[in-house]
Amino acid sequence: MTGGYSDDLSRFKQTYFDECGELLAVAEAGLLRLSPQNIDLDEINAVFRAVHSIKGGGGTFGFSDLVAFTHEFEAVMDRLRSQQIGVTIELVDVLIRANDVMAQLLTCARDNRATPPGLTDAAAADLKRFLAAVAKKAEKDEPVAEDAPPPQRAVRRESLRSFVIYFRPKQDLLLSGNEPAFLLRALRRLGETEIVCDAGLVPSLYDMEGESLYLYWQVSLTGATDEAAIRDVFEFVVDDCQVDIVETTGPADGGEDEAFGLFSENMPYVPPGQLTVYDGCAIPGAGGEQPAAPSAARPAGEAGGSGGSGLGGHTIRVDLDKVDRLVNLVGEMVITQAMISEQLRDVPPGTLQQLVEGLEELSRHTRELQESVMAIRAQQVRSVFSRMPRLVREVAAQTGKEVQLATSGETTEVDKTVVENLVDPLTHMIRNSIDHGLESPDERERIGKPRSGTVHLSARHRSGRIVIEVEDDGRGINRPRVLEKAVERGLVAAGVSMSDEEIDNLIFLPGFSTVDTVSAISGRGVGMDVVRRNIASLGGRIGVHSTPGEGTRFVLSLPLTLAVLDGMVISVGEQRFVLPLTNIIESLRPKSADLQSVANQYDVIMARGEYVRLVYVDRLFRIDKAIGDPTRGLVVLVETEEGGRLGLVVDEVLGQQQVVIKSLESNFQRLDGVSAATILGDGRVALILDVAGLQTMSRQTINRGARRPPPPAAALAC
Amino acid sequence: METGTSVALPNATRGQIGSIASGPIAAQEQYVTFTVGTEEYGVNILSVREIRGWTPETKLPNMPDFVRGVVNLRGIIIPIFDLRARFGGGSTEVTRRHVVVVLQVGDRTRGILVDAISDILTVARDDVKPPPDVDSGLIDQQYLSGLVTAENRMVTLLDVTRLFAGEAGEELSSSSIQIPHQAQA
Repeated sequence: MTGGYSDDLSRFKQTYFDECGELLAVAEAGLLRLSPQNIDLDEINAVFRAVHSIKGGGGTFGFSDLVAFTHEFEAVMDRLRSQQIGVTIELVDVLIRANDVMAQLLTCARDNRATPPGLTDAAAADLKRFLAAVAKKAEKDEPVAEDAPPPQRAVRRESLRSFVIYFRPKQDLLLSGNEPAFLLRALRRLGETEIVCDAGLVPSLYDMEGESLYLYWQVSLTGATDEAAIRDVFEFVVDDCQVDIVETTGPADGGEDEAFGLFSENMPYVPPGQLTVYDGCAIPGAGGEQPAAPSAARPAGEAGGSGGSGLGGHTIRVDLDKVDRLVNLVGEMVITQAMISEQLRDVPPGTLQQLVEGLEELSRHTRELQESVMAIRAQQVRSVFSRMPRLVREVAAQTGKEVQLATSGETTEVDKTVVENLVDPLTHMIRNSIDHGLESPDERERIGKPRSGTVHLSARHRSGRIVIEVEDDGRGINRPRVLEKAVERGLVAAGVSMSDEEIDNLIFLPGFSTVDTVSAISGRGVGMDVVRRNIASLGGRIGVHSTPGEGTRFVLSLPLTLAVLDGMVISVGEQRFVLPLTNIIESLRPKSADLQSVANQYDVIMARGEYVRLVYVDRLFRIDKAIGDPTRGLVVLVETEEGGRLGLVVDEVLGQQQVVIKSLESNFQRLDGVSAATILGDGRVALILDVAGLQTMSRQTINRGARRPPPPAAALAC
Repeated sequence: METGTSVALPNATRGQIGSIASGPIAAQEQYVTFTVGTEEYGVNILSVREIRGWTPETKLPNMPDFVRGVVNLRGIIIPIFDLRARFGGGSTEVTRRHVVVVLQVGDRTRGILVDAISDILTVARDDVKPPPDVDSGLIDQQYLSGLVTAENRMVTLLDVTRLFAGEAGEELSSSSIQIPHQAQA
């Protein structure tokens, strides 16, 4: 059993890093929303708690560099929330940079790398500068509970005040690493205390669990303090306990009658012996029916970063593999269910009525189950959108343009994998919109537009897909210039006439760029074609609509999940294949007069105004008993992600179907011309065709000089 | 619709597997034996996941003839190898009586198509004879882990990890099967 301890520790570490990822995002989001015009104390508190939690965990695992740096960060955040430091743009920038440094430190810690020397220097110096500015007032370095009440609050009343504090922790308080003794000690620093422990809930030894906490405390406190200071003590356990504070100073002492009145109704003074009114395991949660508490110490609900607690919330952390297994199993169920339905189709009507009805019901439930399970993997696009304000800020600064980012539809949900793969394309597109699309502020003013340009990022569901738009109100695509550049780079032949739409779409060609000078942001010609390829690899499409002088709109359309695919089932010989619907343009049966042979190498047909090369699937895959003749079978006109067109010669198109994508590689290997496999309604496997792969294969055949691959006659068998 | 039937291994055998696997000295091994034509082969029972009836396969393009195709095994897609073709005996003409032995090879699941299951043999390690040193004939030496005699029959023990590895096993590419064509042409 050696190594058990370190295994455990590494597991905790993993959890810590997982949490830190979320906390960093919370902090960044909070900081980005922070500006001198928009100061939200809840937000600041959320950031503070996130930083504090990262520091706390870092200390536990001994990441000293991280702790040292986050300490400064935390100190500044603390001054900020106590309003000893005012919010300035400069401060926000410093804090955002500090958040980045913190992320880098965490990465180093996770990968067991030493922190690069000097990584934290600049940011730490900036933070210290702000701290120094307020050092006159508050000298103490301990920012948490022990902190002296900030001046604003201290001004209130010098006279002594008395409180009774009912501290009722939840049983699992200890599991989140909190220690009531420290909290009580912190209370004692605030004044004279008398602490009474209520052990009325402690169960018999037999029922007791070693890690649970069964004690309540009642603390009578007298000191020059106020309720907010007391609440501060409990700030990090607020989700895990119930704290009620009743001021007993008496009206004669004056001043705080309001608060007293509020509490005296809900929470009358209860002698210690009667405290056991709450059932031990059902203490009302912090977010539940707790009597109205002052908002001072309430965490922002969605921030979720309070003191590493996370317990008692509405979310659980689940290993992605477990979810995927569930998704797979449900996929199986759908197929099995379809198989049974297909068998029952042959049953004469009127017989087995109940079975048929039951099956219909089952199929409805199965579909709902599938949707619910898919929904587990779904994530809001917010996680991608929330990264963009930052990007806009940076690019605006680099280009000297004024940009406002508007977002809508952040709550639109889509599969996790899709969300993750959206980051790069969106980053690129937004950069592109700001750099190429928007005019400079002066130019905008001259043509009567507001100085500040707007980039609008939106998401919505449309017919089973997610549609994401990036729209700017800039100058629009300069079509003559695009065409000129495309001709210059040999992407289109000179003198061809193209529609506006066709010209706009030239920007997706590899190697296209209208910018002559390469900037740090864009213009290296590895632009929109990469975006298009990324989107295509997700089974999506991208389009562009532009109005000169008014702006450009990019429209992305993506499937909601990568686990299923809309396909067309086709047959070649006795085999069935699935062709992704996104590739298909149309299917047709040419007359023999439409067919042309080129240099006896390959056949072409005229379709939609251009010659399209035919690819005989049966020859490429050596399939027997196929029709193999486009005039008697069918030609499916397909388009690759790069825009190349092919005519696939097949026997028949059987119908459209949504299929679950299955890997061939997990038990076998990759195959040329095949992207994956699926299981059809009858339980048989069908291969999903990879159009780009077929194109490559057929090209190789031509290059080898053989007009047709050799017949499959006698492979290895002799 | 899957028409195949799964054959569960006898319970007694399963019990023995456990005792062998956990016993301090595994002096004995068990083999599932099956026939291909007139020959009898055996694979270690620990690598056998299940034995199922033949279900129609989906052919894979441009594969050697011993790669029979893929089938749906409760939602995962597994390749089926035709053992007769693998050993140079040509493609098997499949009937309903043919069976697929589903093997776990490393983290991969694969099936081999054989004529029939014949037996479960318990073999002492010492009784396994090394394969005779023949010039590589139809059956490549590397697949063999030994020969054993059972009731006057000779059983060839196969090494499943090697059966699919090496030569063309790992990455079967279309080029590997074009050589014979060119030789013929």
